[in-house]
Amino acid sequence: MSEKVLMKGNEAIAEAAILAGCRHYFGYPITPQTEVAAYMSKKMPKIGGTFLQAESEIAAINMVYGVASTGKRAMTSSSSPGISLKTEGISYLAGADLPALIVNVQRGGPGLGGIQPSQSDYFLATRGPGHGDFHVLVFAPSSVQEMADLTSKAFELAEKYRMPAMLLADGTMGQMMEPVVLPEPVETVAEKPWAVTGTKGEREHNIINSLYLKPAELEQTNLDRFARYKLIEENEPMWEEFMMEDAEVCVVSTGITARVSRNAIVEARKQGIKVGMIRPITLWPFPKKPLVEAADKVKSFIAVELNMGQMKEDIELAIRCKKDVALCSRVGGMIPSPDEVLEAIKTTAGKEA
Amino acid sequence: MEVKRLTLFAGHYGSGKTNIAINYAVWLKSQGLPVTIADLDIVNPYFRVQDSEKLLRETGIPLIVSEYAGTNLDAPAMPKEAYGLVTDPEMYGVIDVGGDDRGALALGRYVPDILEENDYEMLLVANKARPLTRTVADTIQVMREIEEACGLPFTGLINNSNLGPDTTVQDVLDSVQYIEDLSRATGLPVKMTCVRKDLAPQLAEQIDAVFPIDLQKLYYMMEE
Repeated sequence: MSEKVLMKGNEAIAEAAILAGCRHYFGYPITPQTEVAAYMSKKMPKIGGTFLQAESEIAAINMVYGVASTGKRAMTSSSSPGISLKTEGISYLAGADLPALIVNVQRGGPGLGGIQPSQSDYFLATRGPGHGDFHVLVFAPSSVQEMADLTSKAFELAEKYRMPAMLLADGTMGQMMEPVVLPEPVETVAEKPWAVTGTKGEREHNIINSLYLKPAELEQTNLDRFARYKLIEENEPMWEEFMMEDAEVCVVSTGITARVSRNAIVEARKQGIKVGMIRPITLWPFPKKPLVEAADKVKSFIAVELNMGQMKEDIELAIRCKKDVALCSRVGGMIPSPDEVLEAIKTTAGKEA
Repeated sequence: MEVKRLTLFAGHYGSGKTNIAINYAVWLKSQGLPVTIADLDIVNPYFRVQDSEKLLRETGIPLIVSEYAGTNLDAPAMPKEAYGLVTDPEMYGVIDVGGDDRGALALGRYVPDILEENDYEMLLVANKARPLTRTVADTIQVMREIEEACGLPFTGLINNSNLGPDTTVQDVLDSVQYIEDLSRATGLPVKMTCVRKDLAPQLAEQIDAVFPIDLQKLYYMMEE
């Protein structure tokens, strides 16, 4: 199994989901994530799974709700405008404590926006995509390999904590091709005593629901959920550090911009600038710990992202504005070049000199 | 290989058609032939021939592309100049067909003219490292779907088995059996084996018709 293949990011998500035991995919086409659905449509019928092109994004997410209620692994995928439509369903999944995978291969917005890559759904994903008090697990892949690996991880943690997970990729991640070693197939998925699978007259029936008639009861479900969130924030943040040992400037970036930044950092190092990078891999939970530690060592931070500074706010919150956080960004489907990031690094480093 | 007036590259999407089309057009030009490249991929709005616009401009190869390519309009519109290329007997044409049957459908509009002139190569670009064309049977399925969609039968095969920047000499050697089996099963000749330029000298000694190519798409590598 561990043979390398050449895959598009979107295909890697689809194949990794199948290997993770997902046999139920519901979607609706939208650029730049259509290959997820295209791959599923070719593969699912061959392995006895379900591929269903729903009549809308809203229908698709509610189909996911249905399958998730039975304890089976289910997923949907879309791109930014489609995710807006799904938010009602995601809130219902969160309210019913159901695990599921939602893939968002982001494009420029707001509105219909464009079809080229963006990271502008950062707020939407990390603040709880929908009404009510909740979070979803958010993963931000930076390579085709991570598209595959984080798909497996998302299913696993979603089940562990009984909550929806979102794979938040930018359009470039979905479209680019790289060699990838696919994960091992998951043979058995853990028993779910809460699932609606038929009582066979042997047990009390399970109820999957997000409606509570008594306010005190509803309050308690929120408190229980947030106790779980606290555990997740302690145990599950993922990140990668690059050349941070002696760094005086810390770049923070994810997805395609982390790759661009990496090139810029290597070049800046050649020019004698001490710069490194912290690359958050989970965006919720946000990796606060390495940032707090870095805030004691570096002189300043630069957020490099494809939005107007959404993650920048999380960095500032994490370090409690202890150091300046500059922003280097392009939006609307544009991507900064390594030279643009290098300039931002030089400007920031220069200010401190 | 013998040069026909029109050379069309089709196959499973992500098999390397665009990369090869650009490299092949540049090679034709270097042979002193008048050449124009046409991007007929109206399905995938990301990563297209247009991304190599600078190289093509510097090489003096005109590019025919949908006026909406690279914009935010996800409109499957055919470039109007493409018909001119198909019917111009003085011009050598390299045509990058869209991926799979869906991508090849649009080609059908030009097929009566191509068949009438009968000076073309319709080449299947095959990459064994692509998960949906790993076996000869799966590749033949994709091939038949494309032929059915556009109505133009394939005339030859191109072995483009690769893992992008990770490709080794051994990976290419390991794919020889696959392309030979595909050739036997379809009765189509293997016209060339495309390899990354740095691997070409070693492989040229062991494989016939090695065609060295420069990779056109780079996504800022994670590893130095």
